[in-house]
Amino acid sequence: MQVIVNISLKEGVLDPQGLAIARSLNDLGFQEVDGIRVGKRIVLEVDETDEARLHQRVAKMCETLLSNTVIEDYDIDIPDGQ
Amino acid sequence: MMSLTSMRIAILVFPGSNCDRDMMVAIERLTGRRPSLVWHKESSLDSIDLAIIPGGFSFGDYLRCGALAARAPVIDAVLDHAARGGAIMGVCNGFQILLETGLLPGVLVKNAGLKYICRNVTVDVCDTIDSPFTQNLETGTRLTMPVAHNEGNYFVDEDKLARLNDNGQIAFRYTDGSAHGPANPNGSSLNIAGIVSANGRVMGMMPHPERAISPELGGSDGATLLQGCLEALAS
Repeated sequence: MQVIVNISLKEGVLDPQGLAIARSLNDLGFQEVDGIRVGKRIVLEVDETDEARLHQRVAKMCETLLSNTVIEDYDIDIPDGQ
Repeated sequence: MMSLTSMRIAILVFPGSNCDRDMMVAIERLTGRRPSLVWHKESSLDSIDLAIIPGGFSFGDYLRCGALAARAPVIDAVLDHAARGGAIMGVCNGFQILLETGLLPGVLVKNAGLKYICRNVTVDVCDTIDSPFTQNLETGTRLTMPVAHNEGNYFVDEDKLARLNDNGQIAFRYTDGSAHGPANPNGSSLNIAGIVSANGRVMGMMPHPERAISPELGGSDGATLLQGCLEALAS
């Protein structure tokens, strides 16, 4: 099954990349942009059909390697209709 | 006291390490004995006095700097070495790897200016807990060494940062010196350039002492630092 992991910086962690992109958008005339946080999206193909077990295993992957929980949060999405 | 020549030192090598040989040369010049280079797929380390994780771009900095290296087979042996109170030094990417293993707290995020920085910086030796990495360097000694990194901006939550400071775990801080540019090159919290673990036996730092080991290379403050560490570990 396909699993999508979204990794984002925790609140309060400075995101200089997001600040630079927001500044650039403002300079390009998109004055309405007040802030940007940049994250990562990881798409996994996993050999597992049981959704609960899949979720549990992917959460373990996030804790073990995919995210650094000192500064990052993760969110696991298993798209419907697979 | 053991002589410097009898010290057993291992330098870990990952795909993408690029300061392993510089470190080997630096250590050999100071001790008279060539350290061993240990490939990341090794699952054990011979009995050693010091493990060094050198700089570079292990695994291409993929996912996060140091993240993949921190899960390599040799790291289990490094964790065992640490559990026995063994000494470990990580420089630059080696510091990032130590943070990813959890042997040191916090994380190194992108430089505040978003640019890769490659220049000399000056650091102050701080008053720390008992640690072989600082005990032979007088507090307040200023050392000038190069940095070369894109992610050297030390971050940890406020409580842990206060604890590091109160416990005397900040080993080196960026300070004004002869180097061009602002003292703190990357926005690092509390001007942190290097820290030690709570037991003083694990040290990580961003500047490269192995690149400052002779006047011909622009300075020898790195040799002063390494010599101090080696003599402390040998005593």
